[in-house]
Amino acid sequence: MLDTLKLPERHYLNNGHGLKSWLLTKDHKRIAILYLISISAFFFLGGLFAVGIRLELTTPQGDFFQPDTYNKMFTLHGVIMVFFFLIPSIPAVLGNFLIPPMIGAKDLAFPRINLLSWYIYVLGGLFALFAILVGGVDTGWTFYTPYSSAASNTNVIPTALGVFIAGFSSILTGLNFIVTIHRMRAPGMTWFKLPLFVWAHYATSLIQVLGTPVVAITIIMVFVERAFGFGIFDPQRGGDPVLFQHLFWFYSHPAVYIMILPAMGVISELISTFSRKKVFGYSFVAFSSLAIAVFGFIVWAHHMFVAGISVYAAMVFSFLSFSVAIPSAVKTFNWTATLYKGSLTFEAPMLYVYGFLGLFLVGGLTGLFLATLGVDVHVHDTYFVVAHFHYIMVGGAIMGYLGGLHFWWPKIVGRMYSEFLSRISAILVFVGFNLTFFPQFVLGYMGMPRRYHMYPDEFQVLNVMSSAGAAVLGLGYLLPVIYFLWSLKHGEVAGPNPWGASGLEWRTASPPPTENFAEVPTDIPEAYEYTPHVVREAKLV
Amino acid sequence: MAGPLPRNGPFRFQQDTPLVMGHVASKSMYYGIFAALMVLTWITVAVAYVDLGAANKAVALGIATIKATLVVLFFMHVKESSRLTKVIVASGFFFLAILVALTMTDYASRGFLPMPPGLQ
Repeated sequence: MLDTLKLPERHYLNNGHGLKSWLLTKDHKRIAILYLISISAFFFLGGLFAVGIRLELTTPQGDFFQPDTYNKMFTLHGVIMVFFFLIPSIPAVLGNFLIPPMIGAKDLAFPRINLLSWYIYVLGGLFALFAILVGGVDTGWTFYTPYSSAASNTNVIPTALGVFIAGFSSILTGLNFIVTIHRMRAPGMTWFKLPLFVWAHYATSLIQVLGTPVVAITIIMVFVERAFGFGIFDPQRGGDPVLFQHLFWFYSHPAVYIMILPAMGVISELISTFSRKKVFGYSFVAFSSLAIAVFGFIVWAHHMFVAGISVYAAMVFSFLSFSVAIPSAVKTFNWTATLYKGSLTFEAPMLYVYGFLGLFLVGGLTGLFLATLGVDVHVHDTYFVVAHFHYIMVGGAIMGYLGGLHFWWPKIVGRMYSEFLSRISAILVFVGFNLTFFPQFVLGYMGMPRRYHMYPDEFQVLNVMSSAGAAVLGLGYLLPVIYFLWSLKHGEVAGPNPWGASGLEWRTASPPPTENFAEVPTDIPEAYEYTPHVVREAKLV
Repeated sequence: MAGPLPRNGPFRFQQDTPLVMGHVASKSMYYGIFAALMVLTWITVAVAYVDLGAANKAVALGIATIKATLVVLFFMHVKESSRLTKVIVASGFFFLAILVALTMTDYASRGFLPMPPGLQ
C-alpha cells in the first residue's frame, strides 16, 4: 500500500523556491527547518570540542593541549551545547513545526516575530563564533565571577553578549507559544484535549519568558563590571561573587527544565502512539509540567552548597530540591503505567523512548544524591556531577529530541528513512552514551575533579572507557545525518499518517501545505484516542 | 469595532475567550501620569539629601515601586486589560518575589553563627 502513496502536489517545501523564499519566510514550518539546520551546525561544533576533551583525557598526562586550551575546550563545549543547541533544540524545531498543526491553527500568533527570533539566534551565534575565532573563552559555561570579571583575559564579553542576544530569541519563541496556545486553538480544542507536547511547551515557554531576562541582566552586570569597573560582584569594590551565582542559577537551573520539559512532551506523544494507548493520568502529566516549571524556580542554590552560602539557606534549598522529584516521578510512573498492557512496538522513535526512560531515571535519581547536603559536599565539582547532568541533558533531552525528530520526520519531509539504520543508530546512541557517562559516575565518586586536563594514573581505565564510548556515541549521532539526507530524495513516501497516530497534525498531508489545513479542523477528538491491537502496516510492525 | 470575528484570518481568536478591544485612554491621563512620575523623581532626588538611616533604601525602593506601578498600570494599559493579561503580569512579579525572597534566605542567615547545638 505504501508504494501507491504520493507526495501532495502543493506543500510548504515547494511553495516558493530560492534562498529569498526561505530567508524571508513567515511560515512556522520553514522557520523550524532554518532552526534545524542552524542548531545542527552548532551541535556538531559543540561535539567537536567534546572530541577534544575526550581525546585529551585518554591519558593521565596532558598530551594534546595546554591547560589553557583545555579550559577553552570545555567552556566552548558547554556554552555551545547549552545556549545554542539544547535550549532552542526541541522548542524551536519541533515546537515551531508542530504546535500550530497540533492545535488546528495555520501558524503561530506572531509569524514575523518567529522569523525575528531566528535572526536574533543567528546573531547571537555569530558573536559566539567570533569569540571562538579570536581565541576562545576559558571561564566555564557558567561565567562565574571572578573568572569572568577580574581573572580572565580571554574573550568573555563577545561570548557573554552572544548568550545575551540568543536569550532574546528564546524569550520571543516562548512568548509566541504562550499567545498561540491561548488564542489560536481550533474551535472545540479545549485545554484538556491538547496533546501533552503542547502542555509541555506551554510550561517551557513560561520559564523562557520569566527566567531568561534574569540571566540577561546578570550578563549585563558582568559586562559593566568587566568593562567599566562597577563593583557588583568584586568584594574589593563592595560586591559579592556569590550574588552572581544566585542570579545565574535562578535562570540556569530552570534552563535545565527548558531542555527537559519539551523532551518529556515528545515522550508522552511517542509512548502513547507506540503502545496504542491513551497516556495514563493525562491531567496529572499535564499539570506535572506546570509543577516542574514552578518548582524549578525554587531550587537553584543546590548548585552553591559549597560556595559559602548560609547553611540555613542550604538546608532550605536542599529540601526544596527534593520537591522537583515529585512531578518528575509522576511523569515517569504514568509513562510506565501507559506501557502496561499496551501493544508495544520497537520502531526507532520508540527505541529512543525506552532509552529516555532508563537514562532519565538514572539522571533524576542521582540528582537526589546531589540535592543531599552531605553527599554534595563530597562529590561537588567532580565527574559525578558531570555524569549526572549529561544523563539529564543528553540522556533525557537529546534522546527526546532524536526520538521526536525520527517520529515527525515523515511529517516534516513526507518521506521515510531507513528503519534498519535508524534502529542501529538508536542502539548505538544508547550503548555509546552509557559507556561514556556511567564510568564518570564512578570516577567522580572516587574523587576525580572536573575541568582538569591531567589526572592520577589509577583513573585511566575508566577514562579510556569513557572516551571509547564517546566515539560510539558520535557514530550514533552521525548516522541519522546520513539517512535523513538520503531520505529527502530516496525515502519511501510516508503518507499523511505512517504511524497510525492520533494527533491533529497527522490529519493533514505530509509534508503539510503552507496553511496546514485546507479547512479549520472542527471535529476535535479527545487526546490519544487509540484502540489497542490495531492492525499495522506490515513493514512497520 | 464590533462584528464577526475573523475566522480564517492569520490571528483567529478563541471563541470562548472574550475579545478585549483596546481601551481609548485620554491624553490628560497620560500627562497626569507623566507629571506624577516627574514629581516622584524629584522626591527621590530630594530624599537622597536627607539621611533617614536604615530607612534610606526602603524609601528609595518604595518610591521606585510606586513609579513602576504607575507605568505598568497606565502606560502599559494593564489596568484596562483582560484578567488573563493581569495574571501574566502578576506572575512576573511573583517570580521576582521568589528571586528576592530566596536569595535573602542566604544573605539574612549568613551571620547566624554558631549554629544551634541540635544542628551542629
